[in-house]
Amino acid sequence: MKSCKKASFLMSKQLDAPLSLTEKLSLSVHIAMCKNCSRCNQQLKQIQNTCRQRHKKEIEDTKPNR
Amino acid sequence: MTSSYTSRFEALRPKLIAFSLLQVQDREHAEDLVQDTLIAALENIDKYEGSAQFDTWVYGILRHKLIDYIRRTKRERERFVSDDHEIDIDSLFDNREHWDADSKPEQWKSPEDLHLRSDFWEVFDLCMLHLPNNTARVFALRELMDLETEEICECLDISEQNCWTILHRARLKLRGCIEKGWFLKGSPA
Repeated sequence: MKSCKKASFLMSKQLDAPLSLTEKLSLSVHIAMCKNCSRCNQQLKQIQNTCRQRHKKEIEDTKPNR
Repeated sequence: MTSSYTSRFEALRPKLIAFSLLQVQDREHAEDLVQDTLIAALENIDKYEGSAQFDTWVYGILRHKLIDYIRRTKRERERFVSDDHEIDIDSLFDNREHWDADSKPEQWKSPEDLHLRSDFWEVFDLCMLHLPNNTARVFALRELMDLETEEICECLDISEQNCWTILHRARLKLRGCIEKGWFLKGSPA
């Protein structure tokens, strides 16, 4: 896969669903060769994680007192 | 004690309504849900331990109310119309579909406690406002309310493929916006 645009679709999709083996391979090969996409991949993951951390905190904060 | 909380609620109310309007198109309903949230918060104020950020705690309550509302009304709501095509992601790439020099991802310096930084969430919320409505809605359901795409598709009656496309565009757009608005703005480490 040469296209960064197509790679970015897979980067996003893997945050929502497991990729097929072919998708996984073509994404990891692309990322290994492309600095921009490697960054983008990290950053999309980071955005999702940051939102998750906020949730986890919300849920902990809304737990009733024992 | 309650009165000091009441004034904090009032300060927070416009933000809560804006968040609610993302998921509930009808303004009256959106405001009702916020009202319910404030009442629930007041009733449970003794459960708020003070360790949490007050705003986050109230947002958490609203989030539950919204998810509940979305699940309850999924059959009655009007058809979901995708608007993610309004986001131009083609311009992020050149004609070979490689990153364009102006939009390529830059190095981010991020503090460990990024999720606790209210200045980060302010930029994040502003960036969300730049997304088309229905796109922002799908993104919020997925990332801010933590629903699985399967459930989102069922609630909105769209295909998973459609959902992935919407999220892809939303994420690329947000990434660029957050980068310009926060990560490259010499954010305090």
